[in-house]
Amino acid sequence: MKDWLQPHRVVLIGLAVALVFCCAVFLRWGWLGNPLYQALILQGIWRTLWILLVTMSLGMLLAIPLGLAQAAGPWYLATPARVFCSVIRGTPLLLQLWLLYYGIGSLFPGIAGLRDSIFWPILRQAWPYAVLALTLSVAAYEGEVMRGAFKGVPHGQLEAAQAMGMPRFTIFRRIWLPQALHRVLPTLGGETVLQLKATPLVSTITMMDTYAVAGKIRQDTFIIYEPLLLLALVYLCFAGLIVLLFKWFDNRFPNRVA
Amino acid sequence: MASYGALAATSLDLLAYAPPGWGANLLAGLRNSMLIAFGAFGLGLLIGIGGAYGKLHGGLITRDLLAVYTTIVRAVPELVLILILYYAVTGAINQALVLWGYERIHISGVVAGIAVLAVVQGAYATEVLRGAILAVPRGELEAATAMGMSPLLTGLRITFPLMLSNAIPGLANLWLVATKDTALLSVVGFSELTKATQQAASTTKAYFTFLLAAGVLYLVVSLVSTLIFNRIEAWARKGQKRAGG
Repeated sequence: MKDWLQPHRVVLIGLAVALVFCCAVFLRWGWLGNPLYQALILQGIWRTLWILLVTMSLGMLLAIPLGLAQAAGPWYLATPARVFCSVIRGTPLLLQLWLLYYGIGSLFPGIAGLRDSIFWPILRQAWPYAVLALTLSVAAYEGEVMRGAFKGVPHGQLEAAQAMGMPRFTIFRRIWLPQALHRVLPTLGGETVLQLKATPLVSTITMMDTYAVAGKIRQDTFIIYEPLLLLALVYLCFAGLIVLLFKWFDNRFPNRVA
Repeated sequence: MASYGALAATSLDLLAYAPPGWGANLLAGLRNSMLIAFGAFGLGLLIGIGGAYGKLHGGLITRDLLAVYTTIVRAVPELVLILILYYAVTGAINQALVLWGYERIHISGVVAGIAVLAVVQGAYATEVLRGAILAVPRGELEAATAMGMSPLLTGLRITFPLMLSNAIPGLANLWLVATKDTALLSVVGFSELTKATQQAASTTKAYFTFLLAAGVLYLVVSLVSTLIFNRIEAWARKGQKRAGG
């Protein structure tokens, strides 16, 4: 702590506090008192968080088979997995989101009977497309990471398990997957922050996440900077929390694998 | 089956280069996207060189300020940064101009886009280059000092070539991010590929066709870039032992 708190840092922190104080006093924050906006902001933050959580979990689940197929699968599984990863990683997420929502969505009304089916109330909403697009994005980026992780597990470990007479699936479950996940763990925090930074894109398909709420406040009140600053602050805090959470999580697992 | 045939025909008509089709618009959008990506990547690289130098050799305050810069940029969504920088930068320039008694100017979308994305790219480039410079073996630098090379010559002949091969994979990744991040500028209304696609799609209602076509264009850019960067990396690693080999 002493090391960290050098004289010049005290001055810098003082300047930063003064800057924040000036922002708090001299900018217009009156709209924060409006209960309607408070409710909207909380709702938006909640939406951002659940999208992040759901897409990260589903994406990781998809990434494991994608990585495995590329690392050890036969060609008829490896090639599609590789093509999927290249296509998703080679095009902007915004475009994928629009292709799913506007593109596929515009084809649906042409399918006879779909409008009367039980799926229609879900297909009409924006969130299934947002979840799908963001999940596929995580799956492709993490699939690539998992491929490297599966390949990085030393062969001796798998051979030892084989020599012990373990069935193939047990080897995968007890040896290969845990060691691969252990390798991925240090990078997962950064990837989650990247995913957090991707979530505002869902506001372009009419989802009211944190970013969209800030946009609405700006439109209603004609205040330009203040909602944006709050927005940046919210994302900064969440990014910081994610990094701390993963650091804590990472420390709980000893680095036993060489 | 006939209706699908008709659909394919109309899709091709829509994508035709000549005016009834929208091909020319899409390609103009692609040109704008590439222009911004080149500019932002180049400018970001300059910021990155300065930033990496500052982080490694700068004073205490420079180092802390650079840490704040890279941390904030890497934690706040690009979409938010683009809005803040877009309004703040154009607003600040115009205010300064008015203060000094000049007319307000309209800042073109290309310039604003390049400036905004360069700030984002610069933060990542700083980290990539800093890591690459740190990965240069100390022994090489000590050998250069022992030979009596000046610091400038050491930088030019030893650090730069050795750093380059470490930095190229990270920089290639940054370039791909730059090409994809240009799509975000469509949110502030700049007519790059995604915006042009959206305009064509909403006019003709052929969303699927146009978004798919734009996706193919982005994919081609990404695949060609990857090929080129692989060649560059092979060239930069000439004479080095293969990693892990």
